[in-house]
Amino acid sequence: MTAPQPLIEFRAVTKVYGMGEALVHALAGVDLSIAESEFVAIMGPSGSGKSTAMNIIGCLDTPSSGEYLFQGIPTSHLSRAQHTLLRRHMIGFVFQGFNLLPRTSAVENVELPLVYRGMAAGERRDRALKALARVGLEGRASHTPSELSGGQQQRVAIARAIVTDPAVLLADEPTGNLDTKASQEIMDLVTALNRDQRITVIMVTHEPDIAAYASRVIRFVDGKVESDVARTEVA
Amino acid sequence: MLQETLKLALKAIRRNPLRSFLTVLGIVIGVAAVIAMVTIGNGTTAKVTSEISKLGSNMLFMRPGQFGPGRASTTAKSFNARDVAAIETQIAGLRAIAPISQASETVIFGGESRSSSVVGTTGDYLTALDWGLASGRSFLESEERGRAACIIGETVRSKLFGSTDAIGQSLRVGKISCSIIGVLEKKGQSGMGTDQDDIVLMPLRTFQRRIAGNTDIGTIVLSAQNGVSTSKIQANVQRLMRERRNIANGKEDDFSVNDMTQMLQAMTTTTTLLTGLLGAVAAVSLLVGGIGIMNIMLVSVTERTREIGIRLAIGALESQVLLQFLVEAVVLSVFGGIVGVLLGLGLAYSAVSYLNVPFVTSLPIIALAFGFSAMIGMVFGYFPARRAASLDPIEALRRE
Ligand SMILES: Nc1ncnc2c1ncn2[C@@H]1O[C@H](COP(=O)(O)OP(=O)(O)OP(=O)(O)O)[C@@H](O)[C@H]1O
Ligand SMILES: [Mg+2]
Repeated sequence: MTAPQPLIEFRAVTKVYGMGEALVHALAGVDLSIAESEFVAIMGPSGSGKSTAMNIIGCLDTPSSGEYLFQGIPTSHLSRAQHTLLRRHMIGFVFQGFNLLPRTSAVENVELPLVYRGMAAGERRDRALKALARVGLEGRASHTPSELSGGQQQRVAIARAIVTDPAVLLADEPTGNLDTKASQEIMDLVTALNRDQRITVIMVTHEPDIAAYASRVIRFVDGKVESDVARTEVA
Repeated sequence: MLQETLKLALKAIRRNPLRSFLTVLGIVIGVAAVIAMVTIGNGTTAKVTSEISKLGSNMLFMRPGQFGPGRASTTAKSFNARDVAAIETQIAGLRAIAPISQASETVIFGGESRSSSVVGTTGDYLTALDWGLASGRSFLESEERGRAACIIGETVRSKLFGSTDAIGQSLRVGKISCSIIGVLEKKGQSGMGTDQDDIVLMPLRTFQRRIAGNTDIGTIVLSAQNGVSTSKIQANVQRLMRERRNIANGKEDDFSVNDMTQMLQAMTTTTTLLTGLLGAVAAVSLLVGGIGIMNIMLVSVTERTREIGIRLAIGALESQVLLQFLVEAVVLSVFGGIVGVLLGLGLAYSAVSYLNVPFVTSLPIIALAFGFSAMIGMVFGYFPARRAASLDPIEALRRE
């Protein structure tokens, strides 16, 4: 059986920070291929390059060498504006550090990606409120990030990532600040998105419990892929 | 999209009210200060110039001592009646010659009193200064020999007499009492801001004998006949007076004879200096306002860089982010500029009405002040944003 065209493909991708003595190989030659509608968990020790890989997948960062292909298109050939349009229309990103706009209400934060998609104000507000409801924050729409707990901020960040119904959901430790119950709710939501809307999910996590929701687990060590196993084989 | 960008910019302005307020304040202070100062300076210059030119171009002022920077005039001796007589007989082409001695005295009528300028002079004073009478008459020759008759200015009349007729009443001036024979036309404030109508004229002899107690003459005002050159008279008077005051060849005059253009020059030098000084103060305010804006913008640059990173990361184009920041800077600068212009004009208006000088605004200065502040707002609001927006989103997000 020939594999379908992968949605995301890394070919010998490296990312180098600093120079000379302080040179860091955040990614040291990664080959990777993820198909549409997959649910992938990325694990690995701290500093192993997980966030770096996610940022490159999300077109927020560019490789030092190697090639990143999205839907078979080498992204190094794309302009800055094309990268932006790819982010705008294809990708929802949940940052490890949330990255919400300060002094801006939860619902306005969630609306923001829709503003740049040019959606009308009324529809935007509706969808933002729905997304907030899905992450269990109905009552907190008008609160600003400083008025929300860490877990609540994380859920606003998730709502902002899913409000656009992206083709790919990238989540960097989406449950890092959540308790077991909230984590389960979020993972049920993500699983449903993956199952019902065929959204490709790539998620970084340290917790095996959370990784267990995924159908495939990629393990990073020292900027390299150490193992890559489908969950059916794990079980 | 432009409308959305405008909304985003206004949201960003409202989201940080203190930052926005301080930015606007910086612009307002700078613009208002420049406009107020320059308008006041211009008004003062215009007032002085028009006052002096109103005095007429055929007048000469003669005073003991030399005037000007670094020159003391106190040691020079005064003029006297013989000097006046000599000029009268020996200098041709004069229309009027008015000796003047002056003192400040308390004048009393009924229950009212005030301190006014009392001037001892002759009827020529009115001719020389082109000053008419509102009512009554000028001094008779018999009165000029030493009678206690006086002519009062409008301020003295209104303050002391109100609605009663002043002519024929007896006014107390210092220790003497004199009868009022005339009331002067209203003249208003002088270029230096003193009330010219707060004055009592009396014959010079009367003033010398009964108020000053000497025979000194402080100033002599000369008025040339029409068509006679003042510079020629000036030269003749100067020669005559050097002779009379025994000034050796090669020594400097110990008196001065100035015509209006020279007075005007001296005065405009002073007011130009004043305008320059006010301008310097204003420039400093502008700079301080600018530094304020710069500070606020630089302090918030990290936060704004992160904001830009977030916007880029969730799908904003560089151009959209830049447009938002540009609109923000324009809105704040223009708003601050307009408020500043209005405030500056308002301040200037109340100041000039208080100083009683004309309201002379200068459009180029308004434009300059506005432009400078707007530019600072733009430069410090927009250019850091431009740098941030050219980064990879992840770079912008990582800034601390
Ligand atoms: N901007 C940077 N400059 C220098 N080094 C960097 C930079 N960003 C990341 N690194 C280095 O790259 C390596 C990989 O970092 P990365 O953030 O990808 O790790 P991670 O796997 O996400 O770790 P964690 O689980 O703690 O989030 C680390 O050693 C880190 O120090
Ligand atoms: Mg990480």
